[in-house]
Parts: sequence; structure tokens; C-alpha cells
Amino acid sequence: MFGKLTWDSIPWDNPLPMGAVAMMVAVVVIIGVLITRAGKWSYLWHEWITSVDHKKIGIMYMLVAFVMMLRGFSDAIMMRLQLAIASGNEGYLPPEHYDQIFTAHGVIMIFFVAMPLVIGLINIVVPQQIGARDVAFPFLNSLSFWLFFVGMALVNISLGVGEFAKTGWLAYPPLSELGTSPGVGVDYYIWSLQIAGVGTLMTGINFFVTIMKMRCPGMTLMRMPIFTWTALFTNILIIAAFPVLTVTLALLALDRYIGTHFFTATAGGDQMMYVNLIWIWGHPEVYILILPAFGVFSEVVSTFSRKKLFGYTSMVYASAVIAILAFSVWLHHFFTMGSGANVNAFFGIATMIISIPTGVKIFNWLFTIFRGRLKINLPIMWTLAFLSTFTIGGMTGVLLSVPGADFLLHNSLFLIAHFHNVIIGGVVFGMFAGYSYWFPKAMGYTLDEKWGKRAFWLWVSGFYLAFIPLYALGFMGMTRRLSHYDPSTGWQPLLLVALSGAVLILFGVLCQVTQLYVSIRDRHINQDVTGDPWDGRTLEWATSSPPANYNFPFTPVVEDRDCFWSEKEKNNGQRPKETREYVDIHMPRNTGAGVIISAFSLVFGFAMIWHIWWLAGLGLLGMFVSFIRRCFETDVDYYIPAAEVEATEKLRVHNV
Amino acid sequence: MSKSNVTSSGADHGTLKSYIIGFMLSILLTVIPYYLVVEKSVPTVTLILLVVAFGLVQLLVQLVFFLHLNTKSEKGWNFQSFVFTALVVVILLAGSLWIMYNLRINMMH
Amino acid sequence: MSSVAVDTQQHQSDHDHDHEHDESSSTVFGFWIYIMSDCILFATLFATYAVLSSNTFGGPAGHEIFSMPFVLVETFLLLTSSFTYGLAMLAMHKDKSKQVVSWLVVTFILGFGFIGMELYEFHELITEGHSWQTSGFLSAFFGLVATHGLHVSLGLIWMVVMMYSVLRYGLTKQVKTRLTCLSLFWHFLDIVWICVFTVVYLMGAIT
Repeated sequence: MFGKLTWDSIPWDNPLPMGAVAMMVAVVVIIGVLITRAGKWSYLWHEWITSVDHKKIGIMYMLVAFVMMLRGFSDAIMMRLQLAIASGNEGYLPPEHYDQIFTAHGVIMIFFVAMPLVIGLINIVVPQQIGARDVAFPFLNSLSFWLFFVGMALVNISLGVGEFAKTGWLAYPPLSELGTSPGVGVDYYIWSLQIAGVGTLMTGINFFVTIMKMRCPGMTLMRMPIFTWTALFTNILIIAAFPVLTVTLALLALDRYIGTHFFTATAGGDQMMYVNLIWIWGHPEVYILILPAFGVFSEVVSTFSRKKLFGYTSMVYASAVIAILAFSVWLHHFFTMGSGANVNAFFGIATMIISIPTGVKIFNWLFTIFRGRLKINLPIMWTLAFLSTFTIGGMTGVLLSVPGADFLLHNSLFLIAHFHNVIIGGVVFGMFAGYSYWFPKAMGYTLDEKWGKRAFWLWVSGFYLAFIPLYALGFMGMTRRLSHYDPSTGWQPLLLVALSGAVLILFGVLCQVTQLYVSIRDRHINQDVTGDPWDGRTLEWATSSPPANYNFPFTPVVEDRDCFWSEKEKNNGQRPKETREYVDIHMPRNTGAGVIISAFSLVFGFAMIWHIWWLAGLGLLGMFVSFIRRCFETDVDYYIPAAEVEATEKLRVHNV
Repeated sequence: MSKSNVTSSGADHGTLKSYIIGFMLSILLTVIPYYLVVEKSVPTVTLILLVVAFGLVQLLVQLVFFLHLNTKSEKGWNFQSFVFTALVVVILLAGSLWIMYNLRINMMH
Repeated sequence: MSSVAVDTQQHQSDHDHDHEHDESSSTVFGFWIYIMSDCILFATLFATYAVLSSNTFGGPAGHEIFSMPFVLVETFLLLTSSFTYGLAMLAMHKDKSKQVVSWLVVTFILGFGFIGMELYEFHELITEGHSWQTSGFLSAFFGLVATHGLHVSLGLIWMVVMMYSVLRYGLTKQVKTRLTCLSLFWHFLDIVWICVFTVVYLMGAIT
């Protein structure tokens, strides 16, 4: 009846996951009670959960990302603590538990922190930057978010019901095959990524079409803000790379569920093909994450240097080159698998070539800053920290791209240090810069600077303390995914330093939480009435903060790059007065279809994980039927009357 | 030769004539390699090359006559996205085969 | 001599509802992009098939189990269905809804015949003991061909929904947009089958 699911699937005797689950349940219950007491359920359902407004969906992505960052980060702290202790003893985490933690840490940080941060920012910013009122497919956008949410939910359910994969974040076979991983951990991994992955693919298509088709008049491709450009490349990479992930995981699932031999160690399966395929997706995935971060830095640097971006055209082409090269370097993740000198040399050289367009970008940012009047505040601080940190990470990357060196360093902590160096120093710092830069746009008030700066210094110093020792440990021979080691290795002192760095980052994260709390508390003091707190250059600053749901009362007409800036210059720094007659605005209507289809997908995914076939069938049927029902829905849009638009806009001018 | 009819949705659609031509060609391009393979009258290497060639021509016929792919619809973005996809497909196939072939040589024998 | 024929009725409505014009073209463009991503999905399966095709592990190789005339008939069915769907599209552009439905029915029957034959082929293989559990080659064979079959089946369900839509609502703008998307999907599956026919069956029969 319930497949593999029994009462014993819940790890009752295991205090760590049970404690975490108890805490999560408690938090959910408390939030639920608070919402009920405030009588906000109806508001939540109508204004947020069923919303097709790209700005609200973006905010929800960011919210989930920050909550998941807390979870992914507690995994990190647990691992650092374990390794600081476990010299000559087992430490406090049994290996099977430790294995789940490092897997969950990787999966969560990439799929449920970095991805939603990137997609959330794209959601909030891109339509406004191109002068659009919404995305091309607003309903699909809502569906994408909720499918992503279901993937996230499945990972968290695995904490309390069953187990998570113990295979590492890419679940290489034959370890991830049924014979060696008989539990449900890998199934949780497969289905959470499949369901979230479908959502991501739809996001990719949605924003690609949005950028290609919904730009306002005059916004030619070469007038698009760089963030929109990088978002475009990211979406192209999503469209081209995610199908490969879908197939790879589906084939692994077939191996586990119906006994095929794609990646098994017997009967003509080829586990090396899995490694090959997963990295055809995996390498572009890295650029999916980093390109929008590059876009954020470009916007931030030119805004706070109060200059137009140096080398706009080269920035666009550098991004294009990176996007294409993303598909021709994947073998450098498995130089040591044994494809031989010719293949390794080709992919090693291709990898090194990527540092050229990336270097172009670094110089463009430096030259933009050069002789600019740099205003120092949070977004630019994260950018400056990025410039040095990412450069170090890039250089260690070039070191690793030498196949001979890689044979020494493969799967050592040197590698771990390298990719944290580029992902934290690049993606995470970039997303923090974007978060503090566009927060006032999304929420209507600026973030607290004081707590933000505390968080910044703790994060940056913590980062260096936590990861630079790992380079040395890599050279000392320490491999990744070790849960304990012998004292004679002499690793413990450096691991203690790394722990201290992680603790600093912990305080940084706590400062960020405080920053958010303080900012919300003082929202009336820090209110952004102008809609343009940084004296911005691009179209998103022409709307109010937060923008009305239609973004622009009139579709803007663009005459050059940095069009908002030049418009302000023409009017002596003032926003031009609106004299035109307001008209009705056509908008998509909110719909619960996205969340309903996703709820069925949660049922489906959970049932597949536990082999509850009848329930899986029901879930699939529910998804199908609710989707077709949505297709026949006719009441999908409405008009905002001109009078209402006029009232909103008058109020806004009045507030300024 | 063929009229290019542009719908409001930006995608081209064909005419009866173009559909018939496309259909005839696709049948022809299926039957010829089929008989070449079944009869086995050609040396193997030539046969493989011929079959691949017929497959590629068939692909083009279908793209042009049925999917109406051209360089103009959607301001050329349909075509450009197709070219990019084709590039990724080629990289994916050629790269995978090259890598896996070398792995097999080095690791399995 | 190329002439641009713009549907006058649509032309009229474009002036009234500018956004709907955009919506329809965005939908078809977006669907085309989805097709592109589906191309890559199939390319991955083809790569897997190519790598695993020699791993027969004592089981049969392709030329031992494929019935070539059978596959040729399957191919004809799908090619013809692609043609008849094209005729349905021509009827759609002439706003002849009855004709559209008739051609959709013909297309459906052909597609259904294809799926029926494929299922029969699978059934025969399995009863002869050549299931996907036998070898890496057969896993890859079933994985690739069945994924195509699954797509065709979804296309058939979609086609039923479209027949209902045409009969219920007539050839509205939205119905036309969806018929156009389905036509892209259907022709695309035809192309994928051509690749399956060439790579799996013809090449399999050679070696």
C-alpha cells in the first residue's frame, strides 16, 4: 500500500536530523499561527502564492534562497566542525551521516540557493530593464517557481522521512546505482532535481522569449543593459544544458527503477558515460550562475562610478564567447578518468582560453572604476571584494586546467578551495551585491548599511580564513569528502583555521539576518520615495519603488544605452513630468493553476521515491488534468482602468 | 518556386505544392537508403557514408518543407536558435563519442 | 515571386488588441525554443545510444532483432502523418474547421498506428527475452525509441484536445496558435524518427 514507506523510515533514534526537523516544523507552525492570527491567509493566497507578477515571484525566489542558505550553511558548519575534531578519532558525525551532509550541502547550495538567487534577480530586474510590464508567459513563470519550490521541499522532507543521497552532489554511478545505494536517498536526489529542473527549463524559455520579444521600442539588442545581456546568455545556457541533466538523471532513474543497464558496472553499462553527460550539463551550469553575477557587477560598477560602462561591446562579446565556450570544456572535470593525452590537451587548452574573455571583463570593470568618483556603499563593496577574490579563484582554475597538475590535485581540497573561491567570490558576492543594489527597487526601502557592512567584513575575512588553508591542505594530500583522518597527516591546525573562518562567516550570516530585520523595522526611515536611490542609469530606476504591478504607466521609448541617465541629464537631473493621458493597461490575471499542478508534482515525486505506484499515478493524473484545465481557462487577463493608473501615479508623484 | 506565406504569428507555412514535394522527397529519401541497406550491394564503408548522407538530406528536406525553417521568420531568430542548437548538438555528440572512444581504448583494453 | 498574404481577419483584430498579436507570436516562438531544447534532449539519448550500441553483453545485436520491413512501414506511417498534419494546417489557414478536424483525425489514426506497431515491436522483443535488462545496448535502444514513442503519444493526446477545441470553439486565434505549436511538435517528431530510423535501424542492420 505504501511502497517502501514504513513507520521506521523516520529516523526516530537519530537526534541530529530529528532536532533539525523539529526546529523546521516548529518554525513552520509558528509562521502559520502568526499568519492565522493576523488573518493574512487570504492575502497570501491572492497576492503572493497565486501571483503571476514577476516581481513578486522574484521576491519569493530570493526568500526561499535565503532560507535554504541557512540550511546549506549549517551543513557547512557541521562539516567544518567535524573535520576540526576528527583527527585520530571518528568525530561527532558517523560517516553515513557525514556523507548525507556533504551531498545535501552541494545540492542545496547549487540548486536551491545559487540558482534561485540568480533566477530571482532576473525575475525582479529584467522585465523592468527592458521596459516590459511582465514576462512572455506569466503563468509559466508561476509554475516554474512552484516546481522549483517542490524540488526544494523534497530535499527538506528527506531530512525527516528516509534519508538523502550519500553519493556526493553529482551522484556518480556505480555508487548511486541500486546495488550500492539501496536506500531512498538517491531517489530523493533524482526526483527533487528533475522536478526543479523542469521549472528551471521553463524559466529559461520564458525569459529568453521575454528578452527577445518584449523589449520596449528603441531598445535594440546593443542598447540592452549588461545585466539583461548576461541574463539572456544564462537563459540560452539553461535551454541548451538542462535537457542533458534531465536525460542523465532519467537514465539513472531507469537503472534504479526498471533494471536497465545504462550506467551499471555490469551487463554492458558504462558509468563513465554518466560522468561525461552530467558534466556536459554541469559545466554550463557554472556559467549559468556566474554570468548574471557579472551582469550585476557591470551595473553596480557603472552606477557607483557614475560613468558609463567601459567597453560595453567587448563586455557583450566576452559574455557570448563564455556562453559558447561553456560547452567545450566539460572534460576538465574528469581529466583523470583516462581519456588520454590528446583529449586532455584539447580540453585543457579550451579551458585556459576561457580566462581570456573573463580577463577582458575584469579589465572593463577596472577601467570603469578608473577616474570615476566611486561612491562606497554595500553593492560596490561586494564588487571590490569580488574583483580580488574571483581573480584568485580564476588563477587557481587555470592551474587546475593543466592536465598534469590536475592529476595531482584532482578531488583534493585544492579543488574544493578553487570552486568555492569562484562560486562564493563570484556568484555569492555578486548576488549579495545585486541583493543590496535592487533591494530598494523590489521592497521600497534601502537595506541597513551598518549591519550590511558588518556582514560584509565578516563574510570576506571569514571566506579567506576558511578557504585559503584548503589550498595548502590540498597540496598536503587531503582529499575531499573525508570524514576523519590520522593525526600524523598534520592537517588539523589548518582545519582549525578553516573552522574559525566558517565561524566568522556564520556571524556574517547572522549579521545579514539582523540587517534584514533592522531594515524592515526601519522601513519608514529608509523609504525610497524617488524610485531611484542610487542615481541609476537604466530603465528599472524609472519605475517607482516598489513598482506598481504594471511597472510602467506608459511603455518607455529608448534612444540610447543608459537611457534613464541621459533622460535625467536632459532634464537637469529631474525626472521628466508626465503630461500624457493615461490609458487602460492590460495585465495577466493571477492563477492558482501553477501551485496546484506543483502540489500534484510533489505527490508524484514523493510517491515515486517511496515506490507508492498508485499514488504516483494519481499525482501524474492530477498534474495532467489540472494543466489541461488551465489550457481551457478563458478568464486569464484583465484591464487596469486608466483612472486607477492615474491615481497610483499621482500618489507616487505626491510622495516624492 | 514556393510562395512564402507569413502568418501573423511570424512562422511561415507552406502551400499544398510544397507539402506534396516535401512528402515525395521524404518517401524517396527513405526508400533509397532502405534498399541500399537491405540489398547490401555496396561495400560497408560506402554504405554507411551513403546512409548518413541520405539521412542528412532527409533532415534538410523535413526542416524546409515541413517545419518551414528559413532565415527570415521571427527576424531570423528561429534560424539562429536552430544554428546554435545544431552547434551544441554537434559538440555534444562529437565530444561524447571522441571522449568515450578514447576512454574505451585507454581503460578497457 | 513571393507574396505576403496576411489574414485579413487577423489583421483587423491586430489593431484592436495589439498584445494578443504579440502573445500568439511569442507562444509559437517560445514553443520553437522548447523544440530546440528537446533536440538537445534527443541528442543526449543518441549519444548514449551511440556509446552503448556495441555493448551487447552476450545479448543480441541490432541486426539480429530488427525486422526491417516492419520498421519501413512504421516510417511510412509517421511520414504520411506529418504530411496529413500539413494538410490540416493548410485547411486551418483557409479557416475550414471541418477539414481541419478531418485531417487531424487522419493524422491521429496514422500516429496511433505507429504507436501500436512500436508497442507490438517492444512486446515481441520482450517475449523473446530481449528486454532492456539484457544489455547496455538494449537499454539504450529502448530508452531512445521509447522516449520518441512517449513524445508521439503525448502528441496524440494533444491532438485529441485540439480536435475537441476546434469543434467546441472553432478556429479562434488561440486554437490556431496551439495548432501551429502542435504542427511544429509533430513535424519535429518526424525528424527525430528519421534520425532513429537512420542511426538505430539502418546503421544497426549494416553492422
